[in-house]
Amino acid sequence: MSNETILEVKNLSVSFKTANGEVQAVRDISFSVGKGETLAIVGESGSGKSVTTKALMGLLPAPKGYIKNGNILYGDEDFAKLSDKQMTKYRGKDFAMIFQDPMTSLNPTMKVGTQVMEGLRMHRGMNKEEAKTEAVRLLELVRIPDAKARMDQYPHQFSGGMRQRVVIAIALACDPKVLIADEPTTALDVTIQAQILDIMKDIQEEFETSIIFITHDLGVVANVADRVAVMYAGKIVEIGAVDELFYNPKHPYTWGLLGSMPTVDQREEELFAIPGTPPDLLHPPKGDAFAPRNRYALKIDYEEQPPMFQVSETHYAATWLLHENSPDVQPPASVQQRIEEMDGKWEAGQ
Amino acid sequence: MARYIVTRIVYMVITLFIIASITFFLMKLMPGTPLSAADRLPEAQQQIVLEQYGLDKPVPLQYVDYMLGLVQGDLGVSFQFDNRDVSSILENRIGPSLQLGIQSLIIGSFLGAILGLIAAIFHNGILDFSSTLLAVIGTSIPSFIFAGLLQYYLGVQWQVLPVATWGTFAHTIMPTIALLIFPMAICARFMRTEMLEVLNKDYIMTARAKGVKWSSVILKHGLRNALIPLITVLGPLAVSLLTGTLVIEQIFAVPGIGEQFVTAVTTNDYPMIMGTTLFFSFLFVLIILIIDILYGIIDPRIRLDGGK
Repeated sequence: MSNETILEVKNLSVSFKTANGEVQAVRDISFSVGKGETLAIVGESGSGKSVTTKALMGLLPAPKGYIKNGNILYGDEDFAKLSDKQMTKYRGKDFAMIFQDPMTSLNPTMKVGTQVMEGLRMHRGMNKEEAKTEAVRLLELVRIPDAKARMDQYPHQFSGGMRQRVVIAIALACDPKVLIADEPTTALDVTIQAQILDIMKDIQEEFETSIIFITHDLGVVANVADRVAVMYAGKIVEIGAVDELFYNPKHPYTWGLLGSMPTVDQREEELFAIPGTPPDLLHPPKGDAFAPRNRYALKIDYEEQPPMFQVSETHYAATWLLHENSPDVQPPASVQQRIEEMDGKWEAGQ
Repeated sequence: MARYIVTRIVYMVITLFIIASITFFLMKLMPGTPLSAADRLPEAQQQIVLEQYGLDKPVPLQYVDYMLGLVQGDLGVSFQFDNRDVSSILENRIGPSLQLGIQSLIIGSFLGAILGLIAAIFHNGILDFSSTLLAVIGTSIPSFIFAGLLQYYLGVQWQVLPVATWGTFAHTIMPTIALLIFPMAICARFMRTEMLEVLNKDYIMTARAKGVKWSSVILKHGLRNALIPLITVLGPLAVSLLTGTLVIEQIFAVPGIGEQFVTAVTTNDYPMIMGTTLFFSFLFVLIILIIDILYGIIDPRIRLDGGK
């Protein structure tokens, strides 16, 4: 992995116009993705992770959703400033996307081969024959058996796992620099999940693709990510290398996420759940959005939003607990225990 | 596919048989006799006439006679037209009705689909509202009102088209327009709803993420999927056109089957009623078959062989 930054998101805010007013789905987030790197974005439903990826692709549902502020810098371009028409040049070519539900993300009335060939013919200017050969190669790349015969079939003749491979093949068609995967394994069963993740890893190694991996499955994160960003209520609350986040989490929300991860050893104990519900982003709270659900919340958490405190060169967290004047708070014992367990497994696995 | 069609044709024959039977007995329940206009005839002569047409036999026996004739392709002779064959009368009259029906169904659904498409693309814009307004007008005002308006303005006031009767292509324009407004309005409404729904589907997002232009997204990815439900309404629409022609043919004095049917019913011309009903029924089951075949062509998920 090189240190070359390929995509930089600066102070991005995304809002939705609704009948009740403006919903601030993403609030001032910044992150960057390096070449060949996998950045995982985790968070619960409604935390703004999917909206972030849609904004990157320029696929916000117009006219309701719009980029309110910020920059999406890729090469010399700022995607936040481009029109839908200008974005079509980059979509599918430089930036490609894999979607969550393979059962609905393929056109049911179009042959699978045609759907793969579409991008090839548009972005790579291939003629029909070239595109056909290339499409077969792509389907073989994502390990679809008997790819040539499968080209003429329709999506309903494929299983869920096979369809997701087709979606990946479509995304890979034009050697994208950045691959955005929006919960690509959530709708698949566990054995298929592992196969899909393997395929994605192999492809990344071969083509040095950068991957933005949206998920709420921390197990998957540990498996695929180089760096992790934790989102809560439209903000990134903690970002860092995968080890830093798993072994030295700083934000109480990250503690909560780690604590609520079920494990095999945990038979009798009740599963930990973060109390309360996320805030309504129609009226985001003044202070730290997580404060009402945070048992370590300080008074200032209700007054003022915490800035990003630097933990290490790569590790940042937005919690007042890191302020020099704050009391010394350690993660709860259950989370510490969980971290030790993971550590053991990690080493055993290496 | 061939096996499917053969099976369907067998069902069609059974359906037609049931329709023929029900119609036959219902028709016999109608008040009056074919002779009601000739009441002044002496009893003995009436008896002779009834015997001549087999109407003196008990109804079940008449039914058997009719059905036996029917399977041999004999629709009987008309009472009102000097014993001419029902099939030859129908033959002469099918042309105008079919032409009007087909013209208005094809043009109407095509225009409707385009209107609906425009409405969906410019969702909530001025074009959307005007096309919706047009659709509401088209569905709520009956075709004979349009027929009258057309006759008054195009025929009488501006004299650009013949007011009525049959002959050249120009004669078909006004009845076709009057007939096509309803299917056009229905298709426009359906197309709009379906297209808007389809454009919210995940695969549209996939296509856009591929970098497909918005216009191609709509035409290549949206249209075919939106057309599937539209085909469903074409069947009932075709039927409504068949009944619509009954009225429109009267207004424009078109020598079609519809006009013939109305006369046959009012004069108790039994073989004519049966023949026309069977013809309409045949047309209807045929349309349904065609639509089912169309389904299989447009939607690959529907396999007409019934699976393997």
